[in-house]
Amino acid sequence: MHLVDNVLLNIVLMTLIKFAGFVLAFVMGIATVLTWAERKYSAVLQNRIGPNRANLGTIRAGGLLHMLADPIKMLTKEDFAPNTPNPILFRLAPLLAFVPALLVFAVIPFGPGDNFQVSNTSLGILFIFAIASLNVYGSVIGAWASNNKWSLMGGLRISAQMISYEVAIGLSLCGIFMIYGSLDLQDIARRQGQLLLGFIPAWGIVLQPFAFVLYLACAIAENKRAPFDVAEAESELTAGYWTEYSAMGFAMFALAEFIEVVLIGCVGTTLFLGGWTIPGLHGDAWWIVVLEIGGFAFKTVFLIWLQMTIRWTLPRFRYDQIMRLGWRILLPAALLNLVVTGIVLTFVERA
Amino acid sequence: MAKVVNRMHPDFATQSYVIEAFKGVALVTRQFARNIFAKKDVVTVQYPEDRRPYTPRFRGKHRLMLRDDKSVRCVACMLCATACPANCITIVAQQIDDPAIEKAPSSFDIDLLKCIYCGFCEEACPCDAIRLDSGVHTIPSFTRRDQKAGVINLLSLGTASIAAQGGEHRAHSHEGTAHGRSSGH
Repeated sequence: MHLVDNVLLNIVLMTLIKFAGFVLAFVMGIATVLTWAERKYSAVLQNRIGPNRANLGTIRAGGLLHMLADPIKMLTKEDFAPNTPNPILFRLAPLLAFVPALLVFAVIPFGPGDNFQVSNTSLGILFIFAIASLNVYGSVIGAWASNNKWSLMGGLRISAQMISYEVAIGLSLCGIFMIYGSLDLQDIARRQGQLLLGFIPAWGIVLQPFAFVLYLACAIAENKRAPFDVAEAESELTAGYWTEYSAMGFAMFALAEFIEVVLIGCVGTTLFLGGWTIPGLHGDAWWIVVLEIGGFAFKTVFLIWLQMTIRWTLPRFRYDQIMRLGWRILLPAALLNLVVTGIVLTFVERA
Repeated sequence: MAKVVNRMHPDFATQSYVIEAFKGVALVTRQFARNIFAKKDVVTVQYPEDRRPYTPRFRGKHRLMLRDDKSVRCVACMLCATACPANCITIVAQQIDDPAIEKAPSSFDIDLLKCIYCGFCEEACPCDAIRLDSGVHTIPSFTRRDQKAGVINLLSLGTASIAAQGGEHRAHSHEGTAHGRSSGH
């Protein structure tokens, strides 16, 4: 694909188009729908009705218009700032949380080949770890700059939680790298398209089921959503690190959280559910590519659904329970998984 | 008496939390599907459109009952004002021509901001004149004056009571027996 002759301009244009198509349309689209879907979904499974009041005249569309009403409200409300010695940091924090969450999608392959990946870098998953953990700075700085003891407590809890679970999530994914022998997400996805014994897809969840559970637990914990929401902890800390944020500042934090939900879905799809590959379907025909992209979107939505259901099913953990789970259960379990994977791989390669 | 508390000792599978988590997910999903496709367990009342009916014993805004000839049943005996623990009833009595009744209120004011809706006034009333069973939830207002329900206001909710009342002509009190909740002779 060459849009114009100038090579540099071509790269920039292609990157922009891919970014717009994937990040702005797909990711932001799902994140926006999630603001409505999460409230509605939780309502239905708790025998409630959920948001249905936003309307255009008589059109209510089952509360779908809340997606439209919320931004209008967020943009027009008073953007309150507390009496803080760090007003600049206070304004900067939502951006620090929001931008890394979007940046990470640059390396996610959502279709076959370079045309369906914003930036193909061999760093792959390392880039995701590096950028996604920057996210915590936004929350911690926001908590610190709020000049509020609840916020500060929330910030402390996030940083502790992030450090604990960052270790476990990294180790839980190491098994995947060992099996597929690459950090490049496009490579990993393509290798999951193969079949084992002729009929089982070589997906990460088949080869590393234990790692998938660990990944899901750690990822939800890093996103600080229930059952790991001690950083927000409505019953203890008002609203934790975003207590003092209103209007768009609050919206940025909330949207960053939803984008991370999508991110967990995308990374989980790429590493464990075969990425964009569909078992038994190979080729370059346009309809296969469309199917593969659709398959990626479907798997991502499935993982988002799983996260949402877990969030509304499980009771929250206490703070000390989270720390114990992270360091004394998940971390050893990830190490054990790594050792077993290594031993099995050695025998498989010998055989 | 000492009470034995049976502590739960979950087995390892339960304590590992993973299986239980997925069981929970299955349960929640079943309920979700049930609410979408099958019988809806939704209990939400869409408030401004649908209202939950009050119980028959609900004590709402006061009303003054009427005689058959549409005059107020109240004889200004002041029992309700005396019984009222909140001192919210102000009655000004006047003489009327009927020698059997003698008195009627010229004004009957209830300060709804003071009223605690205890129902003592309707218990005290010998004439079944004041009742709290209108079923009207007291309406909020922007001024305090609007909360002073005058006699006209209370009468507008009134209906004829069939309870017999002293001073009434025999012809008007049909069976002559007491009906309803509180009635005196």
